[in-house]
Amino acid sequence: MSSTMETSPDQARVWHLDEEPHHEEGHSTPLGFWMYLMSDCLIFAILFATYAVLGDRYGGGPDQKALFDLWLIALNTAMLLLSSITYGFAMLHMDRGNQQGLRKWLLITAAFGAAFLVIELYEFYHLIHAGYGPSRSAFLSSFFALVGTHGLHVTFGIVWLFVLLAQIKKHGLTNSNKRRVETLSMFWHFLDVIWIGVFTIVYLMGTI
Amino acid sequence: MAHAEQASTADGHIPHGDFRSYMTGFVLSVILTAIPFIIVMSGGFESRALTALVVLLFAVVQIVVHMIYFLHMNLNAEGGWTVISLVFTLIVLIICLAGTIWVMHNMDSNMMPDMIEMIEGKGDAGQGESDVPGQDMSPGK
Repeated sequence: MSSTMETSPDQARVWHLDEEPHHEEGHSTPLGFWMYLMSDCLIFAILFATYAVLGDRYGGGPDQKALFDLWLIALNTAMLLLSSITYGFAMLHMDRGNQQGLRKWLLITAAFGAAFLVIELYEFYHLIHAGYGPSRSAFLSSFFALVGTHGLHVTFGIVWLFVLLAQIKKHGLTNSNKRRVETLSMFWHFLDVIWIGVFTIVYLMGTI
Repeated sequence: MAHAEQASTADGHIPHGDFRSYMTGFVLSVILTAIPFIIVMSGGFESRALTALVVLLFAVVQIVVHMIYFLHMNLNAEGGWTVISLVFTLIVLIICLAGTIWVMHNMDSNMMPDMIEMIEGKGDAGQGESDVPGQDMSPGK
C-alpha cells in the first residue's frame, strides 16, 4: 500500500493493497445474521423485563396458577425441541448433498413448528374465550406480548421455511440456498433458546 | 464438546455439527427440560425460592447446551466476533433487565397505599366513607 508508484502527473493516483481481499458472495451473512439475532434478543429482553415487572399485577383477575396448564406447556416444549433436532437432521442431509433428505426433514421441522403454533393458539383461544385476554390485567397484557411475540417469530420462521423449500425445489442446492438453510437454522435454534426462557420464567416460575 | 466444532468449513460458513453432537444436544436438552418440569409439577421443594433458583439454573445450563450443540457457538467462529457480539448483548441485556426490575421495584415500594388500591381496583371498598375515592390524588392526603 505504501509502495510508490510510477504514474505520470496527469494520471490519477491509484493505490492497491498488496493482496486484494477476495470474499465470496455472502461470506458475511452468518455474522450479520448473528447480529440481527442479538438485537432480536434485546427485544425479548425488554419483553421479559416488562413481564417481570407486571407479572404479579392481576387487577383482581386470575394469576398464573389459575391459568396455566403445565402439561400443555410440556407438550409444546417437546414440539419445539423435536423441531430443533429435526432441523439438525436436515442440516446433516444438506452437508451430504442429499436434497431429498433435506427437504423431507425441513417439512418435518415445519410440521413440528406448526404443531407448536396450534397448541399455543389453542391456549390463547382458551384464555381469551374465558375472558382472560390481554386487556384483562397488566399480567395478561405482558404475558400475551411476550409469548405472542415468540409465536410470531415461529410463524415467520415457518413462512421462511416454505419459501426456502420452494427455492430449493426450483434452483436446487446452490450455494445461496445452502447459506439460507444455515441462516434459518440459526433463527430456528435461537427461537428454541428464547422458548427456554419463556417456559422457565413465565410458566414454571409462575406456577411454583 | 470438541466434536461440535470439527465440521466448520473454511469459507466462513457456519460450522455444522455431526449426528453425534446433535443427538448429544438433544438428549441433554430433553433431560434439562424434563427435570424442572417434574420438579414444578410435583409441587417443588419446600422453599419456593429454592425451587425457582433450581429451575432457573436448569434453564441457564440448557441455553448453554443449545448454544454449543445447536447454534455451534465456539470462541473461534468468525474470528471471535460472534462471541464478542454475544458478550456485548449479554451486558446490555443484564443492564436492561436488572435496571428495569430495580427501578420499577423501587417505584413500586415508594407508591402510596391509596394509589395501589386504585390500580388494583379495590378502591371502591371504602366508597361510603368520605369523599369520592380515587379523585383525591394530592400527596398531602
